[in-house]
Amino acid sequence: MTRLSAVLGAGALVGALALAGCSSDDGGASGQGSTGGGDRTLVVFAAASLTGTFQAIAHQFEQDHAGVTVKLSFAGSSDLVAQIQEGAPADVFASADEPTMKKLTDAGLAAGDPVPFATNVLTIVTPPDDPAGITSFQDLAKPDAKVVVCAPQVPCGHATTEVEAATGVTLKPVSEESQVTDVLAKVTSGEADAGLVYVTDAKGALAKDANALKQIDFPEAAEAVNTYPVVAVEGSKHAELASEFVAAVTSGAGRTVLQDAGFGAP
Amino acid sequence: MAPRLPWWLVTVAAVGIAFVVAPVVVMATRGDWAHFWSLVTSAESLDALRLSLVTSAVSTAVCVVVGVPVAVVLARTRFPGRSVVRALVLLPLVLPPVVCGLALLYAFGRRGPIGHLLDDAGVSIAFTTTAVVISHVYVSLPFLVLTLEGALKVRGTGPELTAASLGAGPSRTFWLVTLPSVAPALAGGTLLAFARSLGEFGATLTFAGSLQGVTRTLPLEIYLQRETDPDAAVALSMLLVVVAVLVVALVHSAGGTRGFRRGLAGGVAA
Repeated sequence: MTRLSAVLGAGALVGALALAGCSSDDGGASGQGSTGGGDRTLVVFAAASLTGTFQAIAHQFEQDHAGVTVKLSFAGSSDLVAQIQEGAPADVFASADEPTMKKLTDAGLAAGDPVPFATNVLTIVTPPDDPAGITSFQDLAKPDAKVVVCAPQVPCGHATTEVEAATGVTLKPVSEESQVTDVLAKVTSGEADAGLVYVTDAKGALAKDANALKQIDFPEAAEAVNTYPVVAVEGSKHAELASEFVAAVTSGAGRTVLQDAGFGAP
Repeated sequence: MAPRLPWWLVTVAAVGIAFVVAPVVVMATRGDWAHFWSLVTSAESLDALRLSLVTSAVSTAVCVVVGVPVAVVLARTRFPGRSVVRALVLLPLVLPPVVCGLALLYAFGRRGPIGHLLDDAGVSIAFTTTAVVISHVYVSLPFLVLTLEGALKVRGTGPELTAASLGAGPSRTFWLVTLPSVAPALAGGTLLAFARSLGEFGATLTFAGSLQGVTRTLPLEIYLQRETDPDAAVALSMLLVVVAVLVVALVHSAGGTRGFRRGLAGGVAA
C-alpha cells in the first residue's frame, strides 16, 4: 500500500514537472496560427507607449516575412532593460527614452548603435469639463488645481521637471505616478483636475473616446522632447531578422504609423 | 511521537519551502549591503516606512472594529442570502488589488456616489492618507473576517447558550464568552490583516496616488526606486522583509496567541 502511494506520488510529481516544462517552453508562441516549415519567432520588447503602433508595425512585418511570428512584450522601458539583463530572450528593444537605452548599451547588450525613430512631447490633459479652468502650463500652478504628474524618476516625469525648469513654474502635484497611464487614468476618472502626459497618450485616449478628456497643448513642451531609440539585442538567435525589424520601424511605412499616433519625427 | 510521513510528501514539502524561501535569499545576495544603511535612511525611505507603519496600524484597528462584528454575524446568524453576502464580503481576497482600487475609485472618487456626497460636505478623500487607509482596510478586512469566522464556526455555540441560560445578556455573552473563546483566531486574523496592509500596493496605487509622505507607502516607494536605483529598491525590499519578520516574531515572543488569549480573558474578567 505504501509502495503504491509512493509510486503514485512520484508519478504526480514528475507529471507536474513535465507539464511545467512544456508550458514554459511554448511561452505563447504556438497557437498563433503560423504554418509551414522554418517558422521563426522574433521577440520584440517595446515601451508601453508604443503598444498600438508596434502592433501595427509587427502585423505588417509578419505579412512581409512568411513564416515569421513577432511576439511583442510591452512594459515600462526600465522593466524591459532589467528583464533583458536577467536573460529574457529579446531580439529587439525599443525604449521610450535615451537614458534607458543607455543602460542596455552600457551593459553591452545592444548589437550596434540604437537608432532614434520617434519623438514625443508632453501635453496637458484635463477632464472634459476642465473643472479647474486650465488653459496654459502656468495655470497648473493654481493653488486649488489638483495636478497629477509622473515621478521625476521615470521618463515622463523627467520631461516634466525639464519643462518646469525652462518655464520657471513650480508645480505642487497631489500625486507623482510611476507610469504615464496612471496619470491619464487619474484625469479621465475625474479624480484629478489636470495631468501631464505625452501627446500620444492623449491622442490614444481621444481616439477611443472623443469625450474622455480635453487636450491642451502648450508651447513650452518643446523644451523637453523625448527621443525613442530602437536596437537589435546582442546575442539574438535571429540577428538578421532583428535588424530587418529595426529597419521596418524606421522605414517610411513605420514612420507613417507612428505619425498617425501622434509621434514626431526624430 | 509523530507518525512517519511518506517520503514523497516530505520531498514535495521541501521543494515548496525552498520555492518560497529561495527568491528572498537570492534577492538578499543581490543587495548593495555596503550602502544599505544610507539607502534605507534617506528622507524618502523613512517617509515611506513611517507612512506604511502608520496606515497599516490604523487600517488594522479599523479592520478589528468592523471585522469582528462582520465575522460574528456571518458565523452566528441565519438569514436569506447569507452565503451570498459572505462571498461578497470575501471578494477583495480573490480580486486583483488593482480591481479593488478601481472599485474604490468609482465609489469614493470625486465623481463617485459616496465621494460626491463627501465632497459636498467639504471632505475630499482623493490623494490623501485617508485614501491609503481605505484601500488597506478594503483588501485586509477579509483576512480578519475569514480567520475569525472559521474559528467561531469550529467553536460552536454551546458556551454562548450556557451563558444565556445562566442569565447573561447578548452583550455580556459576547464580551465574556464569544470574544475570549476566539482570541487566538482574532490575534492571527489581526496579524494577517496588518501584514496584508503593509504589503498593499495595487489598490493604493490605483485609488490613492503616490506622493512622498502622503500616499507613497513602502511598496510604492520600492516600485518607484526600481526605475532608477535597483540597489535602493532591493535595500527597501529587505527592510520590508525585516519589518514583516519582526511583526511575526513580536507576536510569537509575546507568548504567542495563547498569551494574547489569556491577557484578553483576564482583562475582561477583571
